[in-house]
Amino acid sequence: MSKPGRLNPLDRRDFIMRAAKAGAAIVAAGGVGLWLHDRKGPSANVVGGTVTLPDFSLPSTGPKMSIVTGADRVKTVNRALAALGGIERFIKSGDRVVLKVNAAFASPPALSATSHPDLVAEVARLCLRAGAASVIVTDNPINDPQSCFTLTGIARAAESAGAKITLPTPSSFKPTTLADAALIKNWPLLFEPFHGATKLIGLAPVKDHHRSGASLTMKNWYGLLGGRRNVFHQDIHTIIFELARLVRPTLVILDGTTTMLTNGPTGGSLDDLKATNTMIASTDGVAADAFGATLLGKTAASLPFIGKAATAGLGTADFESLNLLRDHVD
Amino acid sequence: MSIVTVRRIAQIFFFSLFAWFCVVTTVGDHWWQLRGWPVNWLLQLDPLVALGTLLTTRTVYAGLLWALTTVALTILLGRFFCGWVCPFGALHQFIGWLGRRRKKHAERVAMNQYRNGQTIKYYILITMLAAASGGLLAELLQWPREKPAVGLVVLVASLAVTLWFATRKVVDGWRKTAEWFVGLLFIGTALGFLVRPEALVASSLQTGLLDPIPLIHRSMNLVILAAFDGLATASRFYIAAWSITAVFFAALLLNLWIPRFYCRFVCPLGALFGVLAHWTPLRIGKRQGECSGCELCENNCEGACDPFGKIHPHECLLCMNCLRACRQAQMTYGPRRSAVGEIPSPGLTRRGFLTAAVSGLAAVPAVRLAGLLNQNWNPGVVRPPGALAEEDFLQRCIKCGQCMRACPTNVIQPATLKAGWEGLWTPILNFRVGTSGCQLNCIACGQVCPTAAIRSLSLDEKLGRGGFTERGPIRMGTAFVDRGRCLPWAMDEPCIVCQENCPVSPKAIYVREEFQVVRDGARTITAAAADSLTLDGAALRPGRLGTGDYFVGLENAAAGERRLIADNSGQDVKLAGPWTAAPAAGSRIFIEVRLQKPYIDPARCTGCGVCEHECPVNGLRAIRVSAENESRNKRHSLTTRA
Repeated sequence: MSKPGRLNPLDRRDFIMRAAKAGAAIVAAGGVGLWLHDRKGPSANVVGGTVTLPDFSLPSTGPKMSIVTGADRVKTVNRALAALGGIERFIKSGDRVVLKVNAAFASPPALSATSHPDLVAEVARLCLRAGAASVIVTDNPINDPQSCFTLTGIARAAESAGAKITLPTPSSFKPTTLADAALIKNWPLLFEPFHGATKLIGLAPVKDHHRSGASLTMKNWYGLLGGRRNVFHQDIHTIIFELARLVRPTLVILDGTTTMLTNGPTGGSLDDLKATNTMIASTDGVAADAFGATLLGKTAASLPFIGKAATAGLGTADFESLNLLRDHVD
Repeated sequence: MSIVTVRRIAQIFFFSLFAWFCVVTTVGDHWWQLRGWPVNWLLQLDPLVALGTLLTTRTVYAGLLWALTTVALTILLGRFFCGWVCPFGALHQFIGWLGRRRKKHAERVAMNQYRNGQTIKYYILITMLAAASGGLLAELLQWPREKPAVGLVVLVASLAVTLWFATRKVVDGWRKTAEWFVGLLFIGTALGFLVRPEALVASSLQTGLLDPIPLIHRSMNLVILAAFDGLATASRFYIAAWSITAVFFAALLLNLWIPRFYCRFVCPLGALFGVLAHWTPLRIGKRQGECSGCELCENNCEGACDPFGKIHPHECLLCMNCLRACRQAQMTYGPRRSAVGEIPSPGLTRRGFLTAAVSGLAAVPAVRLAGLLNQNWNPGVVRPPGALAEEDFLQRCIKCGQCMRACPTNVIQPATLKAGWEGLWTPILNFRVGTSGCQLNCIACGQVCPTAAIRSLSLDEKLGRGGFTERGPIRMGTAFVDRGRCLPWAMDEPCIVCQENCPVSPKAIYVREEFQVVRDGARTITAAAADSLTLDGAALRPGRLGTGDYFVGLENAAAGERRLIADNSGQDVKLAGPWTAAPAAGSRIFIEVRLQKPYIDPARCTGCGVCEHECPVNGLRAIRVSAENESRNKRHSLTTRA
């Protein structure tokens, strides 16, 4: 016991212990500091691992297109696919299919601004019947995603057909880079639905689009982009062309049952629509779009993105040159 | 089962119910979303919401009638709501319990002593109710000018009676009350003749700032659930969440100092219940004056109402802890008053009462000197569709955040001070936050608003269809193009994302097409073929003109004599189609860009803000919505057409 006012006598054991602990603390702090030491600081652009979308097209099928007229989507799409040799030619047992629909806007199916739920459900059903292990329906919409999939009726239709909906979340996107591209460089791509996917089908409605002239199957791939993708409107034809290079689908289905002639791509009124009663199934998106342009009263030549895609050999704008399979169902 | 256990079960039940109602306040077609769940039930049970809006609007809106149940039960039973129902109270009680677990008996008793500061909450209540009563007062004061004959008679008679009273010495009793009454009647009638009271006083509903039920809804909706929303879907953001968080957690942490701090000192709803419980036929009390004096009854006393001594019945929360704690079964809940006696009033002084009431009354006109309801209105305050005109809106909004939670696009945000001090935490639209603008086919905010500050609209009314065609759609504001920032207007870049996304039909944003000579676009041809040209001047960036938007126009040629450029290299330009007559070498040409420049049709624009949300000018947007032309205020209209 020390007396008040006097220091404790030095305890050797205690001092050595304290000195050892203090030394260990300094070494630990120094070790952590040196271990984490970063001499250079961060670089200007930190680029994470990029992904590439696989080529989903089937070389065996070659370019083929069928055009079936009729008002009933379920019947016309069945006939159109049958004309191409049946869905079984494209979807094999065990395939994991991604259906890229157009669910861009939170508007009801009657306004035809989005893929029709009947068509989505029927295609999903056909894929599953052909033996697909899973069907994922996806899009990165412009309006609130949850509302879009609900109000368009796509979520309910797809789920009732046995398909799954994948809504985009921030973690669904991975950066991708397209070789020799002007725009798609290290840009976020909706990649989550493509994990393990073996087939890709694009489902697009036929719509007026003020900036690009038309929203058809190639423009539909815009919905796979993330980030502030609106900047690409400055160069709309190039981005559609690059998307057509980036995304090589198994099949595209262009729904021209109802065509949005004016006020696109949002529409908003029945007055914007016209019944054109046509369903197109094609392995060549360029040809499908070239034909789709005619439903809008336009020509492929007036849409520069079609010309660009055709010049690059992604397909043919001269759809008549494909051995067209035409039919009609009531 | 002891009564305390029953109380705990009730508290857990009502807290879970509250949390569940908050969780399900989202738009969708799943059973765990807004599918007829009575999500406003607790807000409707809250009599301060009903009383506040009753004072400001002289009506009790829809489900707010539920408050009668609470009022009746409180008059009969006492402050059961605080101790058994209130989810905020349950939270305080739980945290207070955590904070004093290890404390000794004497310390706990000390924590639970009655403090004079518990009167503060009554003054808060009075201030808030007075602020809500300005309009009512003005209306009452108006009658002498409407019925001047009756007014004059009342004026003279009341003056005479007052003077007669003044000649006598009246100290107390009913005659003093009568003197006050007649005196005030005289002053009121005289004021009614002298001034226009509606220019002097006005109502503002500010109970929601501290009313615990809106407070906990707001905190749950905009802080707690918002933190977890990111797990299920995209993250949600709320611009004033920091201040809501600060108030919420400060209120919770104060329990570590004094248990139920908020309930005892701050809560205006508790104060209202305290007043209502004045005559309650059933109350807590002691059977006999003498007891062993162990003070176990105050060990866990939630209300700090002093059950050991003279009880403060206004402070008793009916937690029933004293009933269970007393080993001699001294404490009862029944018709008898405590054998030790009661403190009969909450301890308000007349001076304090008047100070609080006058402060509340005066605060509203003082705040409104800023002119935000008049010439100085803030066009940045864009309210949700169906919101009432600002003055009426501020008489109803309780800042509960239900509209913000329900909004599927997260565009409804709690205001900081954008709408003035009165508008703190009220809903405004912010088009940079969230997943889109105000969705065309959505009316969730008005459906869920418990006080009709946002009217419950039908889709037809919102969109101006059906019976509303004549009146047109509900407009929240108007979009304006900032031509100094807009890419086609200012930078020769094609864009029109805004036009593309405009959801109404026909679109409110329309474009005018223009061919603009690009910078350094005036060139001289050095060589020409049928579908290509070689140009002089600085080298072009290869491929830059091949995007489908660039043209070559001839000088002095007829309109339309221009060709789309298919591609270019440094000096050579390849055309998409041949000329009718190829220009000669040496002639002048112009490289032009085809621009579509956006314009707004104010008659069609609803101010939904989808354009602002999508504008690729990512910082300060090149197209922005402000409240000009909003339907809710005729004085803000923009053109004679709309």
